[in-house]
Amino acid sequence: MLSRRNPQLNRNGELVHLLSIEGLPRDVLTHILDTAGTFLSVNDREVKKVPLLRGKSVFNLFFENSTRTRTTFEIAAKRLSADVINLDIAKSSASKGESLLDTIANLSAMHADMFVVRHSESGAPYLIAQHCAPHVHVVNAGDGRHAHPTQGLLDMYTIRHFKKDFTKLSVAIVGDIVHSRVARSDIHALTTLGVPDIRAVGPKTLVPGDLQGMGVRVCHDMAEGIRGADVIIMLRLQNERMSGAMLPSAGEFFKNYGLTDDKLALAKPDAIVMHPGPINRGVEIDSAVADGAHSVILPQVTFGIAVRMAVMSIIAGNEP
Amino acid sequence: MSTLTLDAEALYTELRSGVRQLWRPGMAMMGIWSGGAWLAERLTADLMDLTAGARPGVISSTLHRDDFGARGMASGTDATKIPYSVDGAHILLLDDVLFTGRTTRAVINELFDFGRPASVTLAVLVDRGGRELPIQPAFAAAKISLPAAQKLSLKRADDGRFTFSIQGEA
Repeated sequence: MLSRRNPQLNRNGELVHLLSIEGLPRDVLTHILDTAGTFLSVNDREVKKVPLLRGKSVFNLFFENSTRTRTTFEIAAKRLSADVINLDIAKSSASKGESLLDTIANLSAMHADMFVVRHSESGAPYLIAQHCAPHVHVVNAGDGRHAHPTQGLLDMYTIRHFKKDFTKLSVAIVGDIVHSRVARSDIHALTTLGVPDIRAVGPKTLVPGDLQGMGVRVCHDMAEGIRGADVIIMLRLQNERMSGAMLPSAGEFFKNYGLTDDKLALAKPDAIVMHPGPINRGVEIDSAVADGAHSVILPQVTFGIAVRMAVMSIIAGNEP
Repeated sequence: MSTLTLDAEALYTELRSGVRQLWRPGMAMMGIWSGGAWLAERLTADLMDLTAGARPGVISSTLHRDDFGARGMASGTDATKIPYSVDGAHILLLDDVLFTGRTTRAVINELFDFGRPASVTLAVLVDRGGRELPIQPAFAAAKISLPAAQKLSLKRADDGRFTFSIQGEA
């Protein structure tokens, strides 16, 4: 049975689904990050595969397009020896009128053990978790504007890898925050892990007003927002989610909020620059910064596989 | 509580003699996390004439356990670290307690993920019986019989001295 308090945890407080970072205790997050460290070294072995999910079927259900996230989930599941089935749902059942829960019922009849779900509607992975068989585990791979918990966790892994201790950091999240499920997951994770200074930086139209309540300082001035920061998380400008004129132009956005070497000089000398990808060069980040010495964008991708291996192996090992 | 007492330091002396007998040129030590890793570390220092101080490997059963479905993912602190090439090596595998043999099976699988060793030899401090797999050590400093419910494990004090702890009903 799903616990009434948090649908992601069983009665022993162990993770059985990963739907959102919000509400997860610090020790659950730390356990995932520690476990990811173990899996990172699997990439250095002659045999880059461990048998933890051998005989299990992982269904990648991407109701919304994604290349990187789907690929890294697929690699992670395969390195755990699972059988991976990719369903391009956007082009099949849903377009023929099948409801989400009917799709899930059909796939469950194919003996799925885990669903990795991306959906444009916030809350879709919760709905699936509440209606699938008790032995089935659900991982949210991004739902609407709500959450992208594995991206949040891989961001935390990256920050811990380069900065070691969360409790003295200043972290600036810059750009299109209003449309960003990554920003929301990052903020919940940073707060839970004890980061004292979190800043949300962007124009008024792209930074939601309710962030102060989450312990976040809102800055509409880029220089003020990144001054003295240890970590700068740049977000992609999500043109596909924008309706109406939220921005004068991409060029104007770059001038004010695009990360250039000049602006980066305001941050700490050893600051790291992160981005969930795909990057828009010359829109939110200058090429010189994206490819520069402070950028940890590619390590983020590598860590993402280890973090997804950790999440899948932890939830698969916990009884409902 | 059991009245059984095991002098871990005396058994370690026995194990050291046993390892001296088993040793062959080109051998590499591999300790099973955590008790076996402590043994490998101390044997490397105590048998300097044989090991020349070559760093021992540490191997974990976590990723190959057969009770993963029941126990889930253990904490990530016991990662395998092998500072030498496994390919063609004669591996001396060390563990504190040999019981069902399932941990040994798991670490042998783990070992083969790093390459193809020339041979694997097992030496343990205590063989407590109760085997569920066809695994036998080349050397055991002691053979005892314990009820299955009792948990026997090696402890290491801050000064490096070993003791045994026995938990559970006799």
